[in-house]
Order: sequence, then structure tokens, then C-alpha cells
Amino acid sequence: MSEMSNEQFLLKINNIKTHFFTKRGIVPAVDGVTIEIPYGKIIGIVGESGCGKSVTSLSVLGLLQRPGKTVEGSIEFNGRNLLQLNKAQMRKLRGNEISMIFQEPMTSLNPVYTVGKQVSEAITIHENISKEEAKSKVIEIFKNVGIPEAEKRFNAYPHQLSGGLRQRVMIGMAMSCSPKLLIADEPTTALDVTIEAQILHLMRELRDKNHTSIMMITHNLGVVAEICDYVYVMYAGKVMEQTDINELFEKPCHPYTEGLMRSIPRIHSKNTRLYSIKGVVPNLLKLPKGCRFSPRCDKATKKCFTQEPELYKIDNNHSVRCFLYENGVR
Amino acid sequence: MAKYFFKRILIAVPVLIGVAFITFMMLNVVPGDPITVMMREHVKPDVIENLRKTMHLDDPAIIRFLRFLGDALRGNFGISYKLSRPVTDLIVQAFPVTIKLASTAAIISWIIGIPIGIISAIRQSTIIDQMFMGFALFGVSMPVFLIGLLGQYTFSYKLGWLPVSGFESWKQLVMPALVLGWNSAGTIARLTRSNLLEAMKNDYIRTARAKGLKETGVVVGHALKNSLLPVITIMAIQIASLLSGSVITESIFGIPGIGRLSVDAIQGRDMPLLQGSVVFATALIIFGNICADMLYSLVDPRIRVE
Repeated sequence: MSEMSNEQFLLKINNIKTHFFTKRGIVPAVDGVTIEIPYGKIIGIVGESGCGKSVTSLSVLGLLQRPGKTVEGSIEFNGRNLLQLNKAQMRKLRGNEISMIFQEPMTSLNPVYTVGKQVSEAITIHENISKEEAKSKVIEIFKNVGIPEAEKRFNAYPHQLSGGLRQRVMIGMAMSCSPKLLIADEPTTALDVTIEAQILHLMRELRDKNHTSIMMITHNLGVVAEICDYVYVMYAGKVMEQTDINELFEKPCHPYTEGLMRSIPRIHSKNTRLYSIKGVVPNLLKLPKGCRFSPRCDKATKKCFTQEPELYKIDNNHSVRCFLYENGVR
Repeated sequence: MAKYFFKRILIAVPVLIGVAFITFMMLNVVPGDPITVMMREHVKPDVIENLRKTMHLDDPAIIRFLRFLGDALRGNFGISYKLSRPVTDLIVQAFPVTIKLASTAAIISWIIGIPIGIISAIRQSTIIDQMFMGFALFGVSMPVFLIGLLGQYTFSYKLGWLPVSGFESWKQLVMPALVLGWNSAGTIARLTRSNLLEAMKNDYIRTARAKGLKETGVVVGHALKNSLLPVITIMAIQIASLLSGSVITESIFGIPGIGRLSVDAIQGRDMPLLQGSVVFATALIIFGNICADMLYSLVDPRIRVE
């Protein structure tokens, strides 16, 4: 990815640190993460719960609530550093140029308003149009995201829709102002597998039609394989490996990535027991010395327990944070 | 929908009869003979005997209850022992006074309670929040008679701004309404605050922020409506209980409302009047709850009955 020139990136998250200032200490949820998102591409961010992927996305939107704060780095969007914008400027971007879809379609919509009203609101905040115009626009959007009987659904309340339809509403809401960047935080985790495929298909379609860049946050490598062009693997607040999609599945390098791959159940596998990475995600308040994956790593050496590895580039599109690749090639 | 509320009203009838029955039986075992209350001392025994008979006081309690029930269904709650006037008339006469006091107090409590709750929630754990919640805590925990007496001492006796008691002019309404209103406002403020804070934790609040909505829009537009349900319940029950007579406040300020009527009835062993006021209060509380349910379905579409 680094062979591309700067102009090709819509979003450049540059070495950001987002910390939570709790009573028990400072939690470095995102600890120096650099992510670049080119125009019109779908970038996956993969990792276990608590690895900092959601916090990274909330940092981009400026939606972190106290006690969380981005303390270092820059987030360049279309040439502007988002961390230096004031509240009003940030609000103008939110839902307009950058929008977000959340994990739980069940709870992400307000139960006391019709879905039509909620999507209309997303439009009227940013565009100066009448209620009727907004309504016809919403119905158009509903048709685009594949909601049947769009006119009727306009007046439906969230509880009257299925999970899949609700997520379509959320996507419609997110796409309503034709954003340049769509952040999707586990958009299909709460859905059935068949609905998941439909939703992913829809997102790819929208990307192709509107040239929207998508930041896809997920812990599901199946989703990554389905939709992403390039992937960042995160662990305990740091990027462990970044590569394009084919490399990831053909040649996973970091022991953590390998572990994730082996944890996917396979029908033709001879092993009867499913692999799982030993140990648990470390407590961010008490991070291990050295490489933060070392206590769980099969290949850890003495060095791994004392020194922190950097992100080593093994070819143009592929970097790994592991001493095994210190000298470039494996 | 209409069917549901019709059903609710039908269910209210057995509840009312049950309450009437329990009250009747309890009054029956309370010591104190109504005849002596009515006639004072030194009355000839045969006069008393005669009166007992004409008033059917010697019949078994259950017969007397059924007789009461039959009359009550026709709108006749008997004659007050002490005031010698129909109970229905007495209640109808006192009710407007109580309505005036109750509605003023309720409106005061909403105007004070809800904004205080909202502001405290938005400014959570700041000095404003702590001040407002302290104020609310005072309202909730100070007994009405204490606030009432302190108010009378300060504003009537010391400063002379407001009359001590009575109910002829609006000036006499101010203090009792404020005393009652503050008390309810405390509850409403605390409830609004805690429910709003709870609602702010929901995912749809994050969605609203992600749309680019201003924080006031997020709170008032998205969180408030979701946090109102429990507040509405309390408001409906409060207004119903205010309407059924604020016993202490009306006594302290000498207001001739339903509350005073009930106290007088208790002190005078005036069984029919007491029985009538209890049934009346029960009906109001039931009605308040039905109103709250109707309001629910307006606020939250999930509760709408198909």
C-alpha cells in the first residue's frame, strides 16, 4: 500500500494513541496505530474483542465519550486533521462525509420514532430540504438498500422490522448523504448468515456505485475474505500485520494472524479439535513486557519477552510486527 | 385500543368494590360508637336504642355492606353522621377546592422537576447537578408539615407576605401549592435525571451523534422521550393522590378540600363520610393509572396494543 502516493488516501490515521483515563490507571486502548484508507477501497480491521478496533473508529468520528481521549497522532481526512476540528466542524462531517453503521441493528435505532423519521433526520441535519423532499429521498434510499414496500416501511417503527431490515435501514441512513467514508463496526455480527451475505453484497454494491471508501471492522475472517481489499490485524491496541487480502489468506505471517486463521473451522480438516489461541487477551492496564502477544505465542523467543518489535516491511504491501521478520523475509 | 381501555375500566369495578369492602369492615371493628358521637352524652338509653334500629346499626356487618353497596351504585353514599348532609354533596362541594390546589401543585412540580432533572443529567456530577439534586432531596425528604409550618412562620408570621391559612384568594393558594409542588418536584427531578442518564447509555444515542446531531438535539430529541415512561407513571399517580386530598397540607393551611373532609371524618367517627372519601380516592387513583397507560402508548409505540 505504501507505493501509492498520498493523494490516493481518503483517510490517514497517523500513529494515534487513544487512552481511557480510568480510576485504576490509564488504559491505552489504541497505542500508536497507523491506518491508511484509499479512495473507493474496503479496508478490513480485524482482531479479537478489546483489541482497539472499535475505539479506533470512534476516534475517527470524534464520538469517544469520557474518559476516553485521543492524546497523540493525527487523523487526516481529505487533507484536514480531524483532531484539530472544533465540535461544530466535526458535526458537519459526521453523518455527511463520514458515517457509521453499528453492530447492533436491534438497539441502534431509536424505538420511539419511525425509521422514516430517523433517516429523514440524518438528511435534514445536513441538507436544507423540505420534509416532503426528504421523505421521497428516504423512500428512494430504502428502495436502493433493498427494503421491500419502501413507502409502507417509512412509517414503521424499528420493532416492527426484522434484524436484516433494520440493518438495511442503518445502511440507508449512513449512505443518505453520500459519505466519502463509511465506517462499519461489525455490521453483520448480529445477523443470520444468509442475511449477512446480502448485507455484504449490498455494501460492495454501494461502494462500486458511489466510490465510497469503507472501513470494515470485524472479528470474522469470513467477512474479510468476502469483501475487503486490504487488511489490518490488530492486537491489544497495536497493528500486528497489514497486507492485502490474497496475501493474508495465502501467506499469513504473524503468529497471531496464523492463530486466527487456524481458529476457523474447516469442513475438510482432519483434526477433530478446533484450534484456539492459548491464553486470553492481556489486560491493557498490565501489558506484558516486550511483544504484547509473546505470552500467547508458540514461536516466542527470549527477545520477545524483553523488547517490543516494530512493524517490519517484508514487501511493498505487507508489514508484520514480529521479530521473525526483522530482516525482511521469512 | 378502545377495547383495551374499556376492559381496564371494567376491571376497575371489582377493585373498587374490594376496597370498599375492606374499608367497611375495618371501620366496623374500629372502636367508637357513632351514636355517642352524634348525640353527645346524657341521652336516654331508649332513644339510642331507637336510633340504632332506624340506622340499621344492629344488622350484621355483611348485610350493612350490601345495603351500602346497593345505595352506592345508585350514587348515594349515605348521610354524614356529624354534618347531617349527603356524603355525595359534601365531596362534590370539597372537590373543586382540592382540584385547584392539586392542579396548581402538579403544574409547579412539572415546571420545576422536569427541567431540573434534564439539566442535572446533562451536567452530571458538576456543581449544578449537585445543587439541583440537593434541592430535590430536600423536597423529597422534608415532611410536608415541616415545610408548611416553616413557610407559615417565615412568609406569614415574620415577613407578612402571605396569609397563614384559608382559601378565599389566590394569595392563600401560593404557599400550600408551593409546599406540595416542591415535594413532588423533588421526586420528578430525581426520576427524570436517572432515567435520562440511563437512556443516554443506549446505542441509538450514539447513532444520533453519528448523524451529526447537536448534543441538545440528542438529549431532547432522542433520549428524553425514551426516559419519560416512568416519569409519566409517577406524575399520574401523584396527581391522582393530590386530587384525593392532601390531608396534611389542607389541615395545616385550613383548606376546605377533600383531605380536610377525610380528617374530620376520621376524628368524628363519621363512618359514611370516611367510607365515601376512601372509595372516591380509590376511583381517582385507578383513573390516574388508566390515564398513565394511555399516555404510555402515545410515548412508546412498542406498548401500543393492536
